[in-house]
Amino acid sequence: MGEFIMNNGMILAIESSCDETAAAVIRNGNEIVSNVVASQIESHKRFGGVVPEIASRHHVEQITVVIEEALAQANIKPADLDAVAVTEGPGLVGALLIGINAAKAFAFANNLPIIGVHHIAGHIYANALVQPMDFPLLALVVSGGHTELVYMKEHGSFEVIGETRDDAAGEAYDKVARVLNLPYPGGPRIDQLAHEGEEAVRFPRVWLEEDSYDFSFSGLKSAVINYKHNMDQRGEEITPTAVAKGFQESVVEVLTAKTLRAAREYQVKQVIAAGGVAANKGLRTSLEAVFAEEGIPFFVPPLKLCTDNAAMIGAAAMPMFEAGIRGNLMMNGRPGMELKSWV
Amino acid sequence: MIWLGIETANTPLSIAVVKDGKVVAEMIQNIKLTHSAGAMPAIEEILARVNLKPNELDGIAVSEGPGSYTGVRIGVTLAKTLAWSLQKPLVGISSLKALAANATLYNGLICPIFDARRSNVYTAIYQGLALETIMEDHHAHIDDLLSRLKALEAPILFVGTDVDIFWEKIVGVLGDAAIRAPFSHDLPRATEVIRLAMNAELPSIEATHHFVPQYKRIAEAEANWLKEQKEKEHE
Repeated sequence: MGEFIMNNGMILAIESSCDETAAAVIRNGNEIVSNVVASQIESHKRFGGVVPEIASRHHVEQITVVIEEALAQANIKPADLDAVAVTEGPGLVGALLIGINAAKAFAFANNLPIIGVHHIAGHIYANALVQPMDFPLLALVVSGGHTELVYMKEHGSFEVIGETRDDAAGEAYDKVARVLNLPYPGGPRIDQLAHEGEEAVRFPRVWLEEDSYDFSFSGLKSAVINYKHNMDQRGEEITPTAVAKGFQESVVEVLTAKTLRAAREYQVKQVIAAGGVAANKGLRTSLEAVFAEEGIPFFVPPLKLCTDNAAMIGAAAMPMFEAGIRGNLMMNGRPGMELKSWV
Repeated sequence: MIWLGIETANTPLSIAVVKDGKVVAEMIQNIKLTHSAGAMPAIEEILARVNLKPNELDGIAVSEGPGSYTGVRIGVTLAKTLAWSLQKPLVGISSLKALAANATLYNGLICPIFDARRSNVYTAIYQGLALETIMEDHHAHIDDLLSRLKALEAPILFVGTDVDIFWEKIVGVLGDAAIRAPFSHDLPRATEVIRLAMNAELPSIEATHHFVPQYKRIAEAEANWLKEQKEKEHE
């Protein structure tokens, strides 16, 4: 594929790294022209979590329908596009491969360049669809698979200054939800119960080393399991709202404190939250409050841009496109892809 | 009419172009390169070699499974997206039938085999020039398959690279009735996928969206879930 000159600043983006088949058309990296998501959540509910093989099967069923819908809603033809962007990793490899191969076939059929985007870069750039990113910035990425603090000096520059050493925050939410017998996905239900609760069971906070920005949530998850176990042995009923509130307070306190400390140390101009757990009301409220007091602008995208979507992939792809980054038809799924700077 | 054929159902990869009933180009390889890395570049290369643009294709033929779940899905995703993008018809052909087609000149029973792990196979029985279906594509334990094949009381030609894995067992049960196809017939060929597609009725362009692989096996998690539901009913 040769050199391409931008004509409309229009990118078709595709995302299939987990259990959402998604396509979107983004103009100039900041305007959503269309954003289509086919969720598989109903299918995975019966298994209590995402089953990779089932996810891959659904992606094949949905992929061309979703792309066609994204183009139709945008009211454009493939000829109006400048590039195709797709999530290259990380994620479930079998799921990634569907989006990637569809993107390659579409790019080849329409003679368009292809850009492979990191899923977490996508989550961070979801913010570019809401307000301009102001550098240097700090991003707290929290989802079912990720808990990371990412420092960005400028567009395309990523420094992971802290990450979870065991469970992702969202993973801990799902596991605690199972202890409380809440249906999958449990995160939003815990958030809701935590708000209904007046009392809170006190669970430990895991801070790790004093200067570390890393996280650990498996100890907290075990503390909740042990608490339930001890109560069961004593023949006492647990109060789900109090457990949910106590668990959420522990998670939110640690996430908020570490994000605040990092924002101060790195003297950032903007703090953003991204990823599915960024939709959590408790976390959002806490971050908003501390950064309002600190005087650092804090943003979190609306719910539909926090959960997996293709719009965010298109947003991240635009600065890559402008920097001349191109993939090729050999692109493969990269389940353990590292977040690397492209500048 | 110009056809592009795509075969990625198992480790081998084959891509072909057939124009007006004549083979223009075909590539076949059997190396450990993932189809995600290999298939699309092979399509680009073969079209460049025969000097065709994607929009000059009139139809896409794909090996639709059974086989490796991921392999089948990559071929189907490429074929489906190309067909939809180009607004050309997409025809799916059984990957077992396509492999059996390598032995179509054998006037008898043809048994293509793909390894499905844990002593299981994907298999079928086709017969003769017309590749008449004697036993439908299915997933089976090798022992069950062999006892059914023994009951046919006829010579059977086995084709496919994975036959080697089970050959001792096959000969053990069938003895002289088991015939091994020459190694040069073991790799599935995209030209056969196209040839079989040319005999099929052309589906509508709209049907492309609904095209799915033929796994011939439900996902393990789903099988376990169904079993649990059944047990619950009995409680």
